[in-house]
Amino acid sequence: MSALDVRRMTQLLGLLSFRGIKKAVLAILAVATLTACTTSQDPAARIDGFNDPYETQNRAIHNFNKGFDKNLFRPVSQGYAYIPVEIRDLVNNFSENLATPGEGINSLLQANLPNVGIAIVRFGMNTTIGLGGIIDAADAFGVPDLNTDFGETLFVWGVGEGAYVEMPIFGPSTQRDAFGFVVDFFTNPFTYATVDGPLRIIPPIAYTGAQLNNRDKFKGTIDALLYESADSYTQSRSIYLQNRRFELEGSVPQDEDPYIDPYLDPYAE
Amino acid sequence: MNTSLSLSRRGFVLGASAVAGLGAAPSFAMTENQAIALVDKVVADINRVIASGKSDDAILRDFETLFARYADVNIMAQYALGPDGRAASSGQKRAFADAFKRYISRKYGRQFRDFIGGRVEVMSARPIRAGFEIKTTVFLRGQSPYEVTFHVSDRSGQDKFFNIFIEGVNLLLTERSEIGAMLDQRGGDLNRLIKDMKTAS
Repeated sequence: MSALDVRRMTQLLGLLSFRGIKKAVLAILAVATLTACTTSQDPAARIDGFNDPYETQNRAIHNFNKGFDKNLFRPVSQGYAYIPVEIRDLVNNFSENLATPGEGINSLLQANLPNVGIAIVRFGMNTTIGLGGIIDAADAFGVPDLNTDFGETLFVWGVGEGAYVEMPIFGPSTQRDAFGFVVDFFTNPFTYATVDGPLRIIPPIAYTGAQLNNRDKFKGTIDALLYESADSYTQSRSIYLQNRRFELEGSVPQDEDPYIDPYLDPYAE
Repeated sequence: MNTSLSLSRRGFVLGASAVAGLGAAPSFAMTENQAIALVDKVVADINRVIASGKSDDAILRDFETLFARYADVNIMAQYALGPDGRAASSGQKRAFADAFKRYISRKYGRQFRDFIGGRVEVMSARPIRAGFEIKTTVFLRGQSPYEVTFHVSDRSGQDKFFNIFIEGVNLLLTERSEIGAMLDQRGGDLNRLIKDMKTAS
């Protein structure tokens, strides 16, 4: 990151007045400049490859996560699924709406002004016409989906993904994205950390409900991945990294062609 | 880009003559329209099988037939087995390709119900070294649309798929890793792996 980028970011910081965010972002700038030197934007470690120096610890956490899923999260999601899907989806909508202002902030930090507009429109429409966010009214009006986080902001700022890490409970991630996850928790306007008073319990409850719903909706895929794979750790690492890189880089042509040509060298490693 | 059949009518005619030339040397003349026509055809056939009202088992067997028809199973199986296949005999390779066909069509076909009422829209096509890359958006009921990319080639002698990407996740790459793990689980015993893949549910 150049001195110009740092200056531009400090100017952005002056515009933001959320409690704690300045401190958090300054800390991140420090980390970002450190990790930018050491992380894997390097083509050799990407696409086919991955950077997993903490594999032993990650595997231990993965086994814990599987136990958590098998013994608690999955059974609860099965019970939760008795609620009619229309109502479960309202909870998902509400939870996603709470995340929208944070997504707007991240879009601003990414200098993605169209997305800032989308976030404003989505939050405005869904909170008003969508009855406090339980209905995705913006979707009905054709407003595009928005899905971003501080991990993506760091990516846009040039921070590499770092090492693969599996988070307890929350599953596969990377150093950059796990860091972003924590930052979002402390800086997005509607989380347990940022809402005051008795209402603070609402965001985590809505979030949990949304995850339980997703667990049930995708149970075919998730159950097969976790419980029928020969190595669920490697599979979830591979799938997460491929999907996350796709999510961040989209269909933009990459430095090296990631596609495999089995006709060329079937035994190429 | 639309997927209307009329647009790729010419592709159908060209495709049909390519198939008629089975046994001749690979044409290496697959056009973009032919590649898109292949995507249209396989989606139509999958929808037909799902709507057939047969039992789950019969539907999965039909998927296996479709997979054999539309995908280059041999090259995919060879890639998925990877370096471990280097020491395999040609009989083992054939048996593995057969088991692979069943394994893939069942693993990914099992959740066919999610595909009911869904549709696939071709978004773009671009040439790649082996043929064409076709990007599509899949619209399923009750889910956000997502991107599926097909890689198509005629290097086998016919227009066939040789890889699929779902939201960036490379099927061949992911399966190669998993099959490697399955082989490790069986101490490297390829015959046992083939047997297990053939009898798994």
